[in-house]
Parts: sequence; structure tokens; C-alpha cells
Amino acid sequence: MLVTLLRSEIRMNLRQTFSWATPLLFFVMVVCLFPLGLGSDPIALHQSAAAIIWVTALLAILLSLGNIFQSDKEEGFLDLLLLSPHSLTLIVLAKAFSHWLIYCLPLILISPILGFLLHLSPYEVGVLIITLLLGTPVLTLLGAIGAALVIGVRHQGLLLSILIMPFYIPILIFGTGTMLAASTHLVINGYIAVMGALLLMTLAFAPLLTGIALKIGANQS
Amino acid sequence: MIHWFKQNLLSTKTFYKTSSYFLPWISTAFIVCFIYGLIGGLFLAPADYQQGDGFRIMYVHVPSCFTAMFIYLVMAFCALLTLVWRIKIAAIAMSCSASIGASLTFLALVTGSIWGKPMWGTWWIWDARLTSVLILFFLYLGFMALRSVIPDHQNRDKACSILALVGVINLPIIHYSVNWWNTLHQGSSFAQLAKPSIAPTMLYPLLSMIVAFFLFYSLILLIRMRNEILLRDIKSQWIKEALTC
Repeated sequence: MLVTLLRSEIRMNLRQTFSWATPLLFFVMVVCLFPLGLGSDPIALHQSAAAIIWVTALLAILLSLGNIFQSDKEEGFLDLLLLSPHSLTLIVLAKAFSHWLIYCLPLILISPILGFLLHLSPYEVGVLIITLLLGTPVLTLLGAIGAALVIGVRHQGLLLSILIMPFYIPILIFGTGTMLAASTHLVINGYIAVMGALLLMTLAFAPLLTGIALKIGANQS
Repeated sequence: MIHWFKQNLLSTKTFYKTSSYFLPWISTAFIVCFIYGLIGGLFLAPADYQQGDGFRIMYVHVPSCFTAMFIYLVMAFCALLTLVWRIKIAAIAMSCSASIGASLTFLALVTGSIWGKPMWGTWWIWDARLTSVLILFFLYLGFMALRSVIPDHQNRDKACSILALVGVINLPIIHYSVNWWNTLHQGSSFAQLAKPSIAPTMLYPLLSMIVAFFLFYSLILLIRMRNEILLRDIKSQWIKEALTC
């Protein structure tokens, strides 16, 4: 059943032609704005590249999360999911995973190009991809809690951002910290391990809390 | 047993009635501690040999910081009580605490910044502690924002409880990652400048002020909770009786 859910989610999101491309375009365009604002000095760009890419990815994910549960709620599909005999935690996990595949994976795939545009070396680009692979699922899972909390609230986009952004700070710090260590050729295993630990912890807690929040959200008219 | 507690000791009605006996005691204790703390801090304590009279802002800064952090823990504890045992009083305490916590955090930030200007020569520095308190302030504001948008108060209490719990799980992680980030980016930190051992004439007023701030929090919390109970149960019979006599 979970596989079916996963497959239908992916198919549905891909068929809405542009919905999967919007966060991607946002990501690319905002990253391209920074050289225009900071100036074209390669050294300055190289220094702030990690921060630019990470902050922009974070914002793009926050923007994409607005619709993770909203359309299900409007169509009544959410009530069906809540009624189904399967564990709500697993259902949330499946939804979050499909959301990550559709909206975050393209960001990660395009990030090498952006990294080269901001004068990162190939080694740094590799590290960037690893940190993004470990970090973006955490961002998605934490954001899902927020999206479930504000379900049914009008104008929820900005509200969701201010609720969730403080929780994104550790991932941002370790994501950019890894990049800083990589640029000075220090050992990065420790940083990667901490990001992995954060991912495992979020995987354990976030779907459970999202499930509880969804049950509350379903009561709201 | 929990059910019995909910029916009797923890009902809004009992709370409303018993809290009125506590109010005068708490306010008296608050006034005593506050006045002793003020006089002791502003006049009796000797000036610091390094910072002169400037250190006296500590008597507002430290207590407000302590209380602000303590309030978030209280909120998370109340959130647990709300989600697991559905205790109404806990939900009311949680939602009334948020704005008190936010204002005390703001006070801590402002006094810290005023203290920082003459001592460190700058209003703000991206020090680990300062950043953590700033993030705590954002957490309070997020909580208040969520509280303000959900109309029905039962749903609102539950949603806010989840947010408070997520917050309290994340606070240590945020705190340690910010600490770590700070040691990475700048070598020296003001934390090493921590006062050695503090003289008793300076310490006692400070402790008294900390107690005063905790009492102040409980006083305001009680008043706000009583108000909230009146608002929520406005149609029930016992309130009409309580208000008329």
C-alpha cells in the first residue's frame, strides 16, 4: 500500500507540469542573484558559495512544503489516509519521501552546476552534494511537521517559514561548516557523521509528530 | 487517578478559586524580593573594579535571561501534559506563558545590548550565547504566531503543544550547534571573561532579583490564566455565580 501511495504521489506531482520545476527555478534564480549583488570577484564568491547555496536551498524547500498536505486536505484524501488501517507514521514517511524525490532531488542534481558558477573546486562540489543529500531530507521532514500544524490556515506560506526556520539552524551550521572544512582541506568525517546523526534522529521523531499534527489538522474545518 | 485529578484538583473552576488565595501572597513576596534586590543591587553592592557602576544592569539582565529560558521549559512541560493527559489548565498555562517569555527574552536581549556597548564596545556580537537567546526569541514569536491563527482553542492548544515539544527537543541541538559554530568562526569569546567568584554583597541581591523575576512570572501567569479561564468558560454557571457575588 505504501509503495502504491508513493507511486501515485510521484505520478500526480509530475503530471502537474510545472509544480516540480518551480522550486528548482527559484533555487537557480536566487543563486544567480547573489553574484549580481555581491560583485563578480571569484574569491568573494567562492567564500560565500556554501552559505548562498545552503540558504537558498533551505528557502526553496520551505516554499515547496506549502503544498505537501494542503491539496490532500482540500480534496478529502487526507481523511482517507487518516482512516486507513496503516500506520500514520509510515504514511507520513512515504509522503515526505516522495516530496523529497520530486522537489529536493532536482535541487541536488542542479547544485554542481551552480557550485561551478560560484567557483567551487570539484572536490568541494562533491562535498556539497554529500551534505545536501544528508541535509535536505532533514529539512523536508522538519518542514512536514510545520506544514501539518498550519494545515487549513489561510496564507500559510510565510507562517510556515517563521515556525520552522529556527529548527533549520543546526543543519545550516553543519552543512556550511562541512564546506568550510573542505575548502581548507581539513578532515570532514566528523561533520558528515553529525549530519547523519541529525538525519537519523529526525527520521525517528518527525514522522510521528507530523502524524499527531495531521490528526489535529483534520479536525479543523 | 488522573481522571479524578482532572475532575477535582485540576479543573478550571478549582483553579480559579484557589488561585485567588495565592495571588496576594505571591505579590507580597515579589514586592519584598524586588525591593531588596533593587536597593541591594543599586546602592549596597560595591562598584565592580573593572566595570564600575555599569555592571549593575546585571540585576535585570541575568534574572530576565534565566526566567525566559525557564519559561520555555514550563511551556514544554505543559505541552506534554496537554497532549498526553489533556489537562485543560496546562494548556491555558502554556498559551499564557508564551508572551511573557517573549517579552522577558526581549528584555534580556535589550539589556544585554545596552551592557555590551560600554563593556565590549559594540551593541551586538555574534557570540554563541547571544545567538542562542535570539533564536529562543524567534521560537517564542513562532509559537505566538501559530497561536494567533488557529481559531478553535482546542485545536490551537494541541497544535501549539506539538510546536513547543518540537522546540524543546531542538533547543539543545540548536544551542550546541551554535556553540560549535561560534568556536569555529572566531577564536576568542566573551565567555572566557566570566566573572571569577562573585562577592556576597553582589550575589545576594542578584539571587533575590532572580527569585523576584520568577515570582513576577508566576504572578502575571496566574492573572492571565484567570482571565483566560473567564474568557473560555464565559457561558458556564459557576462563573456567573463567582462574578456576581
